[in-house]
Amino acid sequence: MTDLQRKYNLNHLRELESESMFIMREVAAQFERPALLFSGGKDSIVMVHLAKKAFWPAKIPFPLMHIDTGHNFIETMIFRDELVEKLGVQLIVGSVQEAIDTGRVVEETGFEASRNLLQTVTLLDAIARHKIDCALGGGRRDEEKARAKERFFSHRDEFGQWDPKNQRPELWNIFNGKKRVGEHFRVFPLSNWTEMDIWQYIYLENIDIPSLYFTHERQVFVRDGVILADAPFMKKRDAEKVTTMRIRCRTIGDISCTGLSRSEASTLEDIIREIAALRVTERGSRADDLRSESAMEDRKKEGYF
Amino acid sequence: MELLRFTTAGSVDDGKSTLIGRLLYDSKSIFEDQLEAVKRASIRKGNEVINLALLTDGLRAEREQGITIDVAYRYFATPKRKFIIADTPGHVQYTRNMVTGASTANAAIILIDARNGVTEQTYRHSYIASLLQIPHLIVCVNKMDLVNYSEEVYERIKADFSAFAAKLAVMDIRFVPISALIGDNVVVKTDKMPWYGGGTLRYILENIHVAGDHNRIDPRFPVQYVIRPISDKYHDYRGYAGRVAGGVFRRNEKVMVLPSGFITTLESIDMDEQVIDEAFPPMSVTFRLSDDLDISRGDMIVRENNVPEIGQDIEVMMCWMSEKPMAAGNKYYLRHTTTEVRAMIKEIIYKVDVNTLERVPDGQELRMNEIARVQLRTTKPLFFDSYRRNRTTGSLILIDEGTFNTVGVGMIV
Repeated sequence: MTDLQRKYNLNHLRELESESMFIMREVAAQFERPALLFSGGKDSIVMVHLAKKAFWPAKIPFPLMHIDTGHNFIETMIFRDELVEKLGVQLIVGSVQEAIDTGRVVEETGFEASRNLLQTVTLLDAIARHKIDCALGGGRRDEEKARAKERFFSHRDEFGQWDPKNQRPELWNIFNGKKRVGEHFRVFPLSNWTEMDIWQYIYLENIDIPSLYFTHERQVFVRDGVILADAPFMKKRDAEKVTTMRIRCRTIGDISCTGLSRSEASTLEDIIREIAALRVTERGSRADDLRSESAMEDRKKEGYF
Repeated sequence: MELLRFTTAGSVDDGKSTLIGRLLYDSKSIFEDQLEAVKRASIRKGNEVINLALLTDGLRAEREQGITIDVAYRYFATPKRKFIIADTPGHVQYTRNMVTGASTANAAIILIDARNGVTEQTYRHSYIASLLQIPHLIVCVNKMDLVNYSEEVYERIKADFSAFAAKLAVMDIRFVPISALIGDNVVVKTDKMPWYGGGTLRYILENIHVAGDHNRIDPRFPVQYVIRPISDKYHDYRGYAGRVAGGVFRRNEKVMVLPSGFITTLESIDMDEQVIDEAFPPMSVTFRLSDDLDISRGDMIVRENNVPEIGQDIEVMMCWMSEKPMAAGNKYYLRHTTTEVRAMIKEIIYKVDVNTLERVPDGQELRMNEIARVQLRTTKPLFFDSYRRNRTTGSLILIDEGTFNTVGVGMIV
């Protein structure tokens, strides 16, 4: 390679960053009322960081939208509120608790009960109520095999549903966000990122993340080999005894379905080293994905994230 | 680390899934829970060996029917590079999917079964790769174990392919004899073909020069979005956000804005809070100009002595993606860089038989998966280059006016 070629070359993180910024700007240009789905997890935090870069020095030109199951880690909520304050953006909250209270949805019962599925109804309701025509999501194609077939610009019909067999062709970097009234789009700027890319980028850009990602002591119990955090609403079988472990979150979601991992990683460098050596995918410990081989595809068709 | 995007094309029996499985597995990119899931599914379906195809088939219908429906993207990394694979199926909707996968690829892997040699399918794959201007072709002669690792067989296939490839516009073609099943020359060099002096497939993928794949000659900056902060601190700020599509832009140089033709100075190139000196593809940046001009999305910033073609009559190689055929006289929305206009089909000049590369003078209508040279007329002028010169300013899509589906994709001749 000549010096000239080396000089005009981006490394993989900068190329991914540029691609994602391009997508964010396409969304701002092509849609009237977009919103960025924010869960408080690392992927949505990276999304916010990229949006900030894409529109600097203007503020991010769309609100953040949090679908709140009511079963959150308190650390996530504090982090969310501080971030919103710092950016000066609007926060829209769609509450699963409210949907339960008003009878829109019925809560699952039993030991495996999770509010994960109920989020879909709340998400679609929030999209309709706020007339959101494009929801930006942090989904990545490396996460799950149904996601590997998802477009950057993913069309949803008037019922919020995804038709995986009939997706629009997507070529070069020309994105077709044209839609009819009542339809909306889900757009995934991080499609081409892997878990490792996310961590390397957080390290490179020195992005703040919730303390849950680093090692800490927590009251936990083990179910089917998955370590879960204890909380008042978590129903436990007799054999499931609560103990204290040093753990960290590899992903952050609703408490009821976030598997924790034993870890001593206390810095970003530690986490990157740990990820490099891991032999299980991050969704391997998500209780929601272990339900069946098509769990993700089925939820996505219904309108899930 | 650099990023390399490549496509793999092939049909059910040529070992494509095995090859991808091998690349991922030997690069330690398959995780234990994924492998366990595939093992469970293989046993349930009565397969005797682990079926690595189950790893890549993402949708329920695909697993049930044992087919691949759509382009799937896979990721793996070696210490040298990060790779994105656009894995395209080889059955009915083949052309449409391969065109999609090829549109962003730096390299294409063409698989040839050593027992069958160069076939019609090889022609088709290679033609599409060259039509989409994939800069690098890697021809894998697979199943070498089934021809006793014969140098003669390999050399004959290589000669056959080279003779055919002379008709194609591909600059860089490599050959590698492999056995995806056994793993010969995929990631690990085999000792069974001492007559082969080249590198393994992974070595080739890791060492192809991708730095030269972008156009660094003709400065092109399609304006994507205008940034006007409403704040006291930046209230005079007016920035033009976009992704550099060609050439190198430098701060303080003269630039020209299209369509107005105004000449001004590129005062600043902003990237977040930093000001940078140069911008080149595929960087996303924000330009500030020294004059206050009326510029909006769809305009293009170029250099005075290097302007793109400007016109409303455009000839393209068109691949049709929709079940509803295209015919002369039809009207569509047309998207090109950050512009949208309307376009009318003036003429289907000729069709290309993708199996023989022959021109077919069948000009009535263009059906799904067919490719033709087509003449278009747009309602407003486009600023474009030939696709061969620039894949970003040379590509366009057509959108159905009723369904808003993407129905056709074109490469400007």
